[in-house]
Amino acid sequence: MMAQHPASGAASVGGSVVPASAVPPILEVREIGKSYGPFRALHGVSTSVGAGEVLCVLGDNGAGKSTFIKILSGAHRHSEGELLANGTPRSFASPRDALDLGIATVYQDLAVVPLMPVWRNFFLGAELTRGVGPFRRLAVRAMRTITQQQLATMGIDLADVDQPIGTLSGGERQSVAIARAIYFGAKVVILDEPTSSLGVKQAGVVLKYIAQARDRGLGVVFITHNPHHAYLVGDRFLLLKRGTSLGNFTKREITIEEMTRLMAGGAELEALAHEMERAENPERAEHPECEAGLNPDNPRRA
Amino acid sequence: MTLAAGAVTDERVTRTSPARTLLRRPEVGAAVAALAVFIFFSVFTQAFLTPAGVSTWLYSASLFGIMAVAVALLMIGGEFDLSAGAMTGTTGLIVGVITTEWGVNIWLALGIALAVALAIGAANAYIVMKTGLPSFIVTLATFFILQGVNLAVTKLITGTVSIQGMSDVSGFEQVKVFFGSSFPFLGMNVKISIVWWFAVTLVATWVLLRTRAGNWIFAVGGQVTSARQVGLPVMKVKLGLFMTTAGAGWLVGMLQLFDVSTVQATTGIGQEFIYIICAVVGGCLLTGGYGSAVGAALGALIYGMTLQGIVFAQWDNNWLKAFLGVMLLLAVLVNRTVRRQVGIR
Repeated sequence: MMAQHPASGAASVGGSVVPASAVPPILEVREIGKSYGPFRALHGVSTSVGAGEVLCVLGDNGAGKSTFIKILSGAHRHSEGELLANGTPRSFASPRDALDLGIATVYQDLAVVPLMPVWRNFFLGAELTRGVGPFRRLAVRAMRTITQQQLATMGIDLADVDQPIGTLSGGERQSVAIARAIYFGAKVVILDEPTSSLGVKQAGVVLKYIAQARDRGLGVVFITHNPHHAYLVGDRFLLLKRGTSLGNFTKREITIEEMTRLMAGGAELEALAHEMERAENPERAEHPECEAGLNPDNPRRA
Repeated sequence: MTLAAGAVTDERVTRTSPARTLLRRPEVGAAVAALAVFIFFSVFTQAFLTPAGVSTWLYSASLFGIMAVAVALLMIGGEFDLSAGAMTGTTGLIVGVITTEWGVNIWLALGIALAVALAIGAANAYIVMKTGLPSFIVTLATFFILQGVNLAVTKLITGTVSIQGMSDVSGFEQVKVFFGSSFPFLGMNVKISIVWWFAVTLVATWVLLRTRAGNWIFAVGGQVTSARQVGLPVMKVKLGLFMTTAGAGWLVGMLQLFDVSTVQATTGIGQEFIYIICAVVGGCLLTGGYGSAVGAALGALIYGMTLQGIVFAQWDNNWLKAFLGVMLLLAVLVNRTVRRQVGIR
């Protein structure tokens, strides 16, 4: 379960260091794209994620993030470019194909049943059983123990795995979903906006687990529109805008301010800020820092 | 909301106490209520605690209990079956008509009735799943169809609205051993249906809590999209549940037929809501994903005890309905608290 990839140590310690070229990244895309009929949803995007690395995919609504996830998770087949898993070109026909290669996607709704206990959710659809024939029964104790252990390795200490998963906080639920993906053999976890519906504190919890997963040698693809969250855990950043790549940066190559500017549309936002400053009551002009209020999050947190 | 919930869990200091674990069970409320009803009638009536009294209310509870347990499984799986009551009549009538009128072998007749019941259950499931219509409305239609057919076809074939001469059918006594017999136990005359009731409750509890199928029932009823995402066979689970309910209808139909050797064309009509009430009193959520078989059995026990207790106390029978309404309301209010605690939006 732990890091099997020799490159993982280097990648996570160095942060922005690209893994040694001898080991191909777990997942790589080259000039990948997808068209739905005449509509080109994604075009010419290249990036990669190695073991023990966090790739953040940033973009505003409509930037092509969901198309990108769908290609990686096997829900949609790409129509241009190349997708490589462990250096081998692949074309996924279904999410099953991706899963078989250890690429697991945790969607926003998490695929959990709120009223069911944590351990039943953890093993839902892949329950462990004992005995044969009519006496085949759930291996309840084993599943409870494994759930507790797996969550503990992610740093989640649950008082009771028998509590309904709906009683957990949003961040904890997200973390259980991540732990589940990892336990069932994921080498790369794709997280679709895991922090978007969470408060500041809960988002922090999830970011911690993303770091945990990375330290255990997994590749993480973290999709978000929040540069502050991305910058805290990311090793690389892929910025998408209107279906194309604005660039693929390592942490050293980009600052959070640049990233925010690129994402939000840079010059467009500045123009908007100017316009609104004039339109609103004149006393605001005395406080130029009000411009920062246009950012979705307070930059001071960064 | 999220932040508030987070704050609570972050500050937890105590481990879950055994008492809290117990209170988390869906059937606790029903167990307390059953005990209260039991004590009440034991104190206030002479006949309630006598062996004859006990076997009477246990028998009443058993017929409702078998259905309530099956309906509870279905409700946990997120569906309703309003045709469950009429089904007990349909199956009894099928066996009665084809044995007394056409001389069909009684064992074969049992098999035919079961096959028809399962087919109707499967049809309910199929229509609900393929159309996405609420099962409430689909099975309401089935209920009316069965109610009408039960009366019309029985009259058409027999000329009356009840089956006569059942006990003269050859093999009747053999079948009666399984569905209509009784045996002495602790001074009581225990009817076989009570044994069936216990068996059905045990098997249902085992399935719900200790098999993969049980896990899937909770999942399809609790959050069907999640169930699909993790690859559960949603259609198969629901099909199984509707067929189980129909099968239970057959069992109860047989238990009634072989106990009294006759069946009315109106048998079972109006009882579908009592099954649902028993299940809800036993802790089932109307929205699915939560409940227990033992709870439903206890709900039926409350109903059976009250039904007979009111007779023993020589009160007006109509109080039963009022009592039932109050129980239902209380149960729904308790269930609502459960949902709140779990934080379902």
